[in-house]
Amino acid sequence: MPASETTHLTAANPEPDTVTAGSQVKARWFRRHTALVRAAHWVNVVCFTLLLMSGLQIFNAHPALYVGAQSDFAHPAIAISAQRTSGGIKGETAVFGHEFDTTGVLGVSSMDGEPTPRAFPSWSTIPSYQDLATGRRWHFFFAWLLVLNGIVYFIFGFASRHFRRDLLPSYAELRHIGADILDHLRLRFPRGEAAKRYNVLQQLAYLAVVFVLFPLVVLTGLTMSPGIDTTVPQLLSVFGGRQTARLIHFLAASGLVLFVVVHLAMVLVSGVWNNLRSMITGWYDLGTQPR
Amino acid sequence: MSERDERTRGEVPHRRGFLAAALSLAGLALSGCDRVSNEPHARSILGAANELTYRVQRFLLGAHRLAPEYSEAEISSEFRANGSTDPQDDEYLDLADKDFANWRLKVDGLVERELSFSLADLRALPSRTQITRHDCVEGWSCIGKWTGVPLAEILSRAGLGPQARYVVFHCADTLNDGSLSDDPESIRYYETIDLADADHPQTILAYDMNGKKLDIAHGAPLRLRLERQLGYKMAKYIMRIEVVRSFAGLHGGKGGYWEDRGYEWYAGI
Repeated sequence: MPASETTHLTAANPEPDTVTAGSQVKARWFRRHTALVRAAHWVNVVCFTLLLMSGLQIFNAHPALYVGAQSDFAHPAIAISAQRTSGGIKGETAVFGHEFDTTGVLGVSSMDGEPTPRAFPSWSTIPSYQDLATGRRWHFFFAWLLVLNGIVYFIFGFASRHFRRDLLPSYAELRHIGADILDHLRLRFPRGEAAKRYNVLQQLAYLAVVFVLFPLVVLTGLTMSPGIDTTVPQLLSVFGGRQTARLIHFLAASGLVLFVVVHLAMVLVSGVWNNLRSMITGWYDLGTQPR
Repeated sequence: MSERDERTRGEVPHRRGFLAAALSLAGLALSGCDRVSNEPHARSILGAANELTYRVQRFLLGAHRLAPEYSEAEISSEFRANGSTDPQDDEYLDLADKDFANWRLKVDGLVERELSFSLADLRALPSRTQITRHDCVEGWSCIGKWTGVPLAEILSRAGLGPQARYVVFHCADTLNDGSLSDDPESIRYYETIDLADADHPQTILAYDMNGKKLDIAHGAPLRLRLERQLGYKMAKYIMRIEVVRSFAGLHGGKGGYWEDRGYEWYAGI
């Protein structure tokens, strides 16, 4: 159908019965994500998943985190351990002086049906068995990929004004945050025109992930490299020493996990196939039925 | 199916289907990761990232930029010892018994002059003292004070041959923790570094730690300090330094005891 005809029909003739199939598609379907954002999203999904799980493998080699330049072995900030008790082995997680019994998941978990001392359980690590060397291989391979993907995404985000246009909330949107929170709590999501833009909670969450958590996890990762520390020792000052950097690396990754959990929950409750389709093909169904 | 039909179907079965599909995919992916981990070709692809790290770090990092040095007050009260901490090899026990009076450091391979040093000889050479942070591949760090001869000093006395590319450290200890019991032959610890690292001012052969003679747990009588890389590169109980063109023919061919067991040769990260 010629473009001029479509314009004519939709603009001058709002009567639904006369609208052709072609213009219906135009009204309902919205191209929500650019090809580059979609590609970057899925590369990031793969990278982050593998980095997280190989990261837990690396963590398991010394399941304790410290504050400062070095490890004060007697005083970790966070530690996961297995304790021998009269009733068998017990998994214990200590967080800033508070101890929790985490048997079954952290400290002690089942491997081949046997309770086994292990910080993070086998189902959460790559490889599933204890193997620091292989965990590091996976981690650094996908760290490179994550960073290269991130660089492309950042250049595109600024150059195409994606960040400014789609992620930066306007003053009016920020003022609307209370209503947005209520809508989220009631699981009410915008449809039609309003669904064309991220709501302010989405914008803030994505900004935090893109401009805070990912840069933090990459920079603290680099700070742990003794090679990098020779030429960019400022990283050590910024993050308060190599062991603090390792702690922040873990906390930032935890923050990203928290984001993913909420993100997936929102994807599920706000129309899982519509969301998935729009992140795969770009097309989002606004649900504006001409009737 | 038309769009209308799809919309009238409930969202809940959709979600349940999605979750079930996602979980079974995740299970498949997990067992796939283990299989990839053990497949030599896939392992070498993953390992290519480390080669990239090595090249990029060598290119971007200043060749003579020093690793951070710390103050006396920051020296760790409990500097953990890892790997071999009490070698039981006969030759080593004999040397340790006489407080290493009969120990000699041999320097050979692609050098103009083969050399041999006693501990007293090494102590008479120019020395460097540095308080640095030791980073173990496991993730922990400890700060210690080290005194020793710069490796560059030893190598310049020996004179490098035109084909020299790597420095090999042959050690006195046979490391065998439980995980390696299936090894057909137990081998002595060894490590290799490139000439860029050998030439770095903080790369020293340390004989003192925290102002005292190096103890056995930390590598007596002589250990390597390689401050731009992780702990497993810093060979302890050094007996011989060999300059080579390639380490492919040595032991497992990967350039070090742990490298032969899957760890990366370049440990600057």
